[in-house]
Amino acid sequence: MNRFDYIRPTSLDEAIAAASQPGSAFLAAGTNLLDLMKGNITRPDRIVDITKLPDLDRIETLEDGSTRIGALVKNADLAYHEDFAARFPAVAEALLSGASAQLRNAASVGGNLLQRTRCRYFYDTASACNKREPGSGCDSLEGENAGQAVLGWSPSCIATHPSDFCVPLAALGAIVEIKGPDGSRDVALTDFHRLPGDRPDIETVLAPGELVVAIRLPAEAAGFAAHSRYLKLRERTSYAFALVSAAAMLRLEDGVIAEARIAIGSVAAKPWRAKSAEAVLKGMKAEPAFFEKAAREAFAEAKPSGDNADKIELGRRIVARALTLASAGTPTEMPALPASPFAPLPGASANGVAHV
Amino acid sequence: MSDIPTLSAGSHQRHGSNIGQPLTRRDGLLKVTGGARYAADNNPDGLLHAVLAVASIARGRVTHLDVEAAKAHPGVVDVMVPGNRPALASDPDEKSNPFMFRLDLLQNDRVRYAGQPIAVVIAETFEAATEGARLLAPTYETEQARTGLEGEPFAPEKVGAGNAARAQSGDVEAELAGSARTLEAVYETPAQYHNAMEPHAVVAHWQGDRLVIDTPSQGLAMAVMRVAGLFGLTPDKILVRSPFLGGGFGSKGFLSSAQILGILAAKLVDRPVKLALTRPQMFGPVGHRAPTRQTLRIGLGQDGKLTAIDHATLTASSTFDDFFEPASDISHTLYAAPAIRTSHEAVRVDTGTPLFMRAPGEATGSIALESAIDEAAETAGLDPLEFRLKNYAEAEPISGLPFSSKALRECYEQGAARFGWADRPREPRTMRDENGLLVGWGMGTATFPALMFEAEARAVIRADGSGVMETGAHDMGQGAWTALAQIAADAIGLDLTRVTFNAGSSDLPNAGIAGGSGHTATAGMALHKAGEAVIAKLADLATEDEASPLFGADNVGVIARDGKLLRRDDESRGEAFGDILKRAGLSNIEARGKAGGDNAAREHYAMHAHGAVFAEVKIDPDLCQIRTTRLVGAFAAGRIINPRLVESQLFGGMIWGVSFALHEEGIQDKRSGRIVNGDFGEYHVPVNADVPSLEAILVHEEDQLVNLLGIKGVGEIGITGTGGAIANAIWHATGKRLRRFPIRPADLLG
Repeated sequence: MNRFDYIRPTSLDEAIAAASQPGSAFLAAGTNLLDLMKGNITRPDRIVDITKLPDLDRIETLEDGSTRIGALVKNADLAYHEDFAARFPAVAEALLSGASAQLRNAASVGGNLLQRTRCRYFYDTASACNKREPGSGCDSLEGENAGQAVLGWSPSCIATHPSDFCVPLAALGAIVEIKGPDGSRDVALTDFHRLPGDRPDIETVLAPGELVVAIRLPAEAAGFAAHSRYLKLRERTSYAFALVSAAAMLRLEDGVIAEARIAIGSVAAKPWRAKSAEAVLKGMKAEPAFFEKAAREAFAEAKPSGDNADKIELGRRIVARALTLASAGTPTEMPALPASPFAPLPGASANGVAHV
Repeated sequence: MSDIPTLSAGSHQRHGSNIGQPLTRRDGLLKVTGGARYAADNNPDGLLHAVLAVASIARGRVTHLDVEAAKAHPGVVDVMVPGNRPALASDPDEKSNPFMFRLDLLQNDRVRYAGQPIAVVIAETFEAATEGARLLAPTYETEQARTGLEGEPFAPEKVGAGNAARAQSGDVEAELAGSARTLEAVYETPAQYHNAMEPHAVVAHWQGDRLVIDTPSQGLAMAVMRVAGLFGLTPDKILVRSPFLGGGFGSKGFLSSAQILGILAAKLVDRPVKLALTRPQMFGPVGHRAPTRQTLRIGLGQDGKLTAIDHATLTASSTFDDFFEPASDISHTLYAAPAIRTSHEAVRVDTGTPLFMRAPGEATGSIALESAIDEAAETAGLDPLEFRLKNYAEAEPISGLPFSSKALRECYEQGAARFGWADRPREPRTMRDENGLLVGWGMGTATFPALMFEAEARAVIRADGSGVMETGAHDMGQGAWTALAQIAADAIGLDLTRVTFNAGSSDLPNAGIAGGSGHTATAGMALHKAGEAVIAKLADLATEDEASPLFGADNVGVIARDGKLLRRDDESRGEAFGDILKRAGLSNIEARGKAGGDNAAREHYAMHAHGAVFAEVKIDPDLCQIRTTRLVGAFAAGRIINPRLVESQLFGGMIWGVSFALHEEGIQDKRSGRIVNGDFGEYHVPVNADVPSLEAILVHEEDQLVNLLGIKGVGEIGITGTGGAIANAIWHATGKRLRRFPIRPADLLG
């Protein structure tokens, strides 16, 4: 690890001013940043510790009915916030399916958005990686790439964004509140992360010194609470990043889909909102044939970036399953294995929504 | 009014043996309170920290290291490179016996695998040394790495720990040609990397011409000899302390390059030095389980009996040393067939030298053989258990030797009954759970040889009636501090509380090696013999002394129990240890004991532990995610010293079997030769949720031939059988036969 300056400001303005200098990085829980620093993958000259900033750890309901989550709220605190989990069950389920209990107790909401890819070549400093070292190339293209992107990738980078949390947020139209040297601005979560293009090192729209201060969920997002699921395919039962995941939310009126929301995780450099697939479902009955059609539509533009065509097929299946589960209704209790295909669904086979 | 007896608190005295008691770990409190000092927990005065710089290429030459930049970093004291590395008394590339593995001790600028140490940075802090190592910014002359199993194969003479690479009984080709049915299948197992919870670490302290080393070791006496040879010291000048290991699994049987480099670094700077590997540095220089490609050809008669087994293994070793995963050898012992042939070939690749890893050969071979046996049962139209019983080996197949004991039939019976195997439908893809998940049941046979090595121990009885028992044994987490102390206490007829048991240091008698599942038997027998010897001396004192109630009892003999010697023919007559010694004017009496395998018995009998593992998996039919929902193992491994510890050992092995079947794989970039998933984020092992239900049944087995105590060992057997049982359960759930491990969700698509 390199030597660096460590600053722990107590006001937002101070933090932003400190981080506006080149080579700075904000530090919240550090569950990703410190690992990256220890591995020499990132080498900031200046660490701006924001954990002492006031007022960033609140979960509140605003006058317009939207829900505002401070950037320093811990993943576990948000997931176990009863009122929040009742209104946004898929978000809570996604949070609880990520990492381990210890990490969730530490990791922050803002940091989750800004976590880096798990691409093996990004972490291996002896490999070429355009994200880590612009212009050096991409050793993943011809390398071990089974887990890589199938949507929105470019020849310069095929890495994915690994977040679970961001997937239902994208589906629900979350807004990212940003504060920087030039004031405050709001950006839709779906516009917050950039696709790689020829600059995969620029991962978000954040300018130097800009800080994510909160995430807002609009009031209407709570309208999906009765039919919301997040589902995650993993190579072990817990404590693994998704091979592919999906968030599905439905607003049903008399068995007809008034509105659907679909987002897919671990398939692109950003959480992937599948709007065209949502459109397929609008006005349709909540039936498997339409769910499968929507799932196909969600991956209509997908193409393998390497040895990962399986991911497209598995992705379609998980979208269809997430929609099926969502249509059956949000579970009354958080499953013991959140987002897992092995979470038993009480009475599932009785009401025809079994795992088949 | 009910009549409830009042139980008196009483004394907690046991009159039976210490052996067999399910005692909790005697070091448990220390471990859970942080009081157990592992190697890297030692911080002698003046300590410096050393960090390895390792090669990022797999083959070539280091052309430059920026030593000046590293040295200029604040806190860096020195940088050890080939040019200034202290001289050694012997060449690290010398190999005077098969167990002397070649080391990378900065002898030149060659790079022979990714992760090889190429320099050592020594600094006042770990952080400064780490940054110093980065600042070396090595440049290389890179040659194309040789990876995979596609190279030109050759036939080694010996595999594993010196077994013949080829063996045969009967005429395999003739039997196959005459078989009613044959099947042939290829199974692939991946490279797995040693990753004990405690990475290799050393704290080296030169004290004049004396060297004190704190380092985890599964073989203290061998470690001393290795250091003595490399540094030109006599063994009495070297002390190696290893009271606790955070897991060994074979990786700490031989000192690794990193540990020797720590000693060299201490010599270079003339101060105590600590060197601990980081987790990513475990993926290369400390040994790994080599990948295998195993081809099994099996012949079947009309009656469902095996006619032939041909088990051929292709594996990989390094370019500069020899260790060949003896996967085919598993077929020597398990199933009866008129013709059996086993063979091994290997290629040379640019990796670190593969080494012993829990059940080397047995684990890799078992997952292939047990899968093939399941396929054979299917071909024969028989239930997999029925098929195994039909082909049960009453004598060891390839040698024809009788077994010293073999309660495998009882393992099958008890495991199957507990699991509910009788309800298994034979057809695959016929079971579903209440949520529609596919359910499959599979089984595998477990086996591991009952080995013994040579060891010594010392026994002391003191005038206060207490005892001291010692041998340089190794507690890798398996519970040697407890199980060996139980044996030691019984050996001198004392309760455990009256015995001081010393182990874990090289200045104690040589306890052999904690490997081959033979440590409890080996060190335990040495303790038993030492106890026997000291009791005999004590008995001589008593029976020759007219003042003793035991006078003249030498003909009938005496026994030691509860701190007393008693006449064998009249237990009412006896005398306390302390009284005998006091009268003789002795403060203590001591004796030594030696143990080793009984060669005569071993020539005439095959000695193995056995077991049967039953697995249930559930699989999502669309999403293909796999989970092992139930594992039941039944094991017969001779006399059980401590059932609680044995159960844990078996659990650990079975969980590794889950890992083998479903998770663990070192993924190598074929171009660079680097392991690209070298950390615990990406190198997956099972988590608790992957093993929701686990049972180990200890099946009674007596064996008078393996050793006097009847111990066979349980360290490795749990990993055998389990992987195959899971693979077979996956077939039963899905109808898909998957032969490449680990099995991934995507393998089940389509």
